[in-house]
Amino acid sequence: MENKYVKYLRNETLPTEFCVGCGCGTVLNLFCHVIDEMQINPDDIITVTGIGCSSWIPSPYFSADTLHTTHGRAIAFATGVKVMKPGKHVIVIAGDGDLAGIGGNHLIHAARRNIGLTVFLVNNYIYGMTGGQVSPTTPSTVNTATTPYGNVEQPMQIAELVAAAGASYVARWTTYHVFHLKKAMKEAISKKGFSFIEICSQCPTSYGKRVGKREGIDQLLDFKENSMNIQNVSGMREDELEGKYIVGKLVERNRLEFVDGLLNINAQFAEGVR
Amino acid sequence: MNNQKYLDSLKNKTLFLQGDEAAAYGALFAGCNFFAGYPITPASEIAELMSRELPKSGGYYIQMEDEIASIGAVIGAVWSGGKSMTATSGPGFSLMQENIGYACMTESPCVIVDVQRSGPSTGQATKGAQGDVLQARWGTHGDHEMIALSPWSSQESFDLMIEAFNLSEKYRNPVIFLLDGEVGHIREKVVFPDINELNIYQRNISLEKIDVFGGQRIPPMIEFGMGQRIHVTGSTHKSNGMRDVSSMEAHDTLIRRIYDKISSNRNEIAHFETHYIDNMDYLAVSYGAAARPTMGAVLKLRERGIKIGFLRLITIWPFPIDICTELGKRTKKIFVPEMNLGQVSREIERFVNCPVESVSKIGGISHTIDEITNYISANI
Ligand SMILES: Cc1ncc(C[n+]2csc(CCOP(=O)(O)OP(=O)(O)O)c2C)c(N)n1
Ligand SMILES: [Mg+2]
Repeated sequence: MENKYVKYLRNETLPTEFCVGCGCGTVLNLFCHVIDEMQINPDDIITVTGIGCSSWIPSPYFSADTLHTTHGRAIAFATGVKVMKPGKHVIVIAGDGDLAGIGGNHLIHAARRNIGLTVFLVNNYIYGMTGGQVSPTTPSTVNTATTPYGNVEQPMQIAELVAAAGASYVARWTTYHVFHLKKAMKEAISKKGFSFIEICSQCPTSYGKRVGKREGIDQLLDFKENSMNIQNVSGMREDELEGKYIVGKLVERNRLEFVDGLLNINAQFAEGVR
Repeated sequence: MNNQKYLDSLKNKTLFLQGDEAAAYGALFAGCNFFAGYPITPASEIAELMSRELPKSGGYYIQMEDEIASIGAVIGAVWSGGKSMTATSGPGFSLMQENIGYACMTESPCVIVDVQRSGPSTGQATKGAQGDVLQARWGTHGDHEMIALSPWSSQESFDLMIEAFNLSEKYRNPVIFLLDGEVGHIREKVVFPDINELNIYQRNISLEKIDVFGGQRIPPMIEFGMGQRIHVTGSTHKSNGMRDVSSMEAHDTLIRRIYDKISSNRNEIAHFETHYIDNMDYLAVSYGAAARPTMGAVLKLRERGIKIGFLRLITIWPFPIDICTELGKRTKKIFVPEMNLGQVSREIERFVNCPVESVSKIGGISHTIDEITNYISANI
């Protein structure tokens, strides 16, 4: 019997090219479950993505209209898509380097604008596709291909940043928390306005091996053992949170969605109010 | 108001407009319904006018966080059914280059206005120039063709913008609209047409599942939301849109096709104007702002008995090779006034056997008629 979820994939692109143990497969799997359980017709989805391994989750694998853009610019392209197709689910899936590094400014401004995009940032703490260079989310001291003497920078708290920028929905989960993550994905897709999930994910090939976790399972166990729910961390000191994954929902609120704002203006002309 | 009602309200109007404003109105007449941009002198008037007028015609204006985002949003809108454009000047045009290449590679029709100012870098922000002519052609990386048009008046800015959209839709290629600070800010009479009498090229859309990226020289488009689950990528792709970044054939087939669809239609895309070419010893070639004093100089020189003809280029890219070659055979020398250190002049040199002399001026003040007249008199 054929797997129930295969119909959500572009058949001719299978099997996927993801490495053994990569978290991208888990995210793709969950995404298919979510679309199925929400009974969303893929014809009503437009996926937009950047450049990197995580960007391959929608492009080419997920079967829907797909815009595979330049590195870092998925959200900018998606802005044009959402304005012209406000009735569609416009979903961006890409990596930490893509969305938080080179494209960080687009992320901040899309959250501020509160445009109705759903963004899943697959944070594997590294530039995976290009072979393991330091990313804006790589923890301090880690040796990468371009920090051979240890990373002297501080990692970016990307979910907190997006929350501060004004998004309507922000959460962080890991590829270990598949049920929580699935629920969060549904919430994010249903939420009006800019919704964002940071998905902490494993990359045994380019990251895990640099931190003594050579197999995908090693990083999953790390997520399992070192995650703390955001509700339980208030009052904790920074050093106590070192090495912890703070998971849960950071923000859920209602604000005017950007395209609705544009449509309101146009309606005033249509009705002759102006 | 919808677009038709809005355009009817402008029918046959006569206005006193800057070149920038005329370009914006031209875009509205062409059916532009999406503009994303970022403010920059001397192009901001286009964004300001679009922000005011687009909502009246049922379209959308967005001010993005930078020019990279602007051109990105423009291309996203194209695949979602929009007729879209952006407008900028040199610094922003430089930022847009990667995604302009994306538009070439994905064959996304759109219009990018570059109201040229003195560069490089921030240069002279408020001064006009024509220094981006070669950047318009070669600014983005990799082999590609480009269409670029350059108007010399407010009225032409309006008319040519409609042609810019038509060409972009017909050839599925970005079109660079090369204004300059002079023509962009000049204020002149513009007469609007009746939209019903205009020739607007409608996007060729296939309702059936077909290859959107090959199989024919200019394939029709399928847009998002039509249930066809199309795959659009700037990476090398097969005619069905799926990535194939390893085979030589896939790349060769794709790139030669998107190159040839423009270059093989060079003469159809080439717009130019000639004066006195049937009776000439010398030839002046110019375009955009510099063409205005050049025309004056040609008239003055002819009054003095110097037989000089004039070729005004309107299409800059693909370069109108044939007319240059032909006229080059009938002249002793070609003079090329332009507000840069010789960008079109060096292109002409490639196609003629007579001497070509650049009459260059930079610094943000256009040539005077006398400067060009005197230069040519002294150098024939
Ligand atoms: C403008 C530009 N700069 C650099 C690159 C090279 N590049 C491709 S993927 C990538 C990093 C991807 O990292 P991330 O977004 O974290 O995705 P991952 O592969 O880790 O999933 C880089 C730097 C590019 N394609 N374009
Ligand atoms: Mg990464």
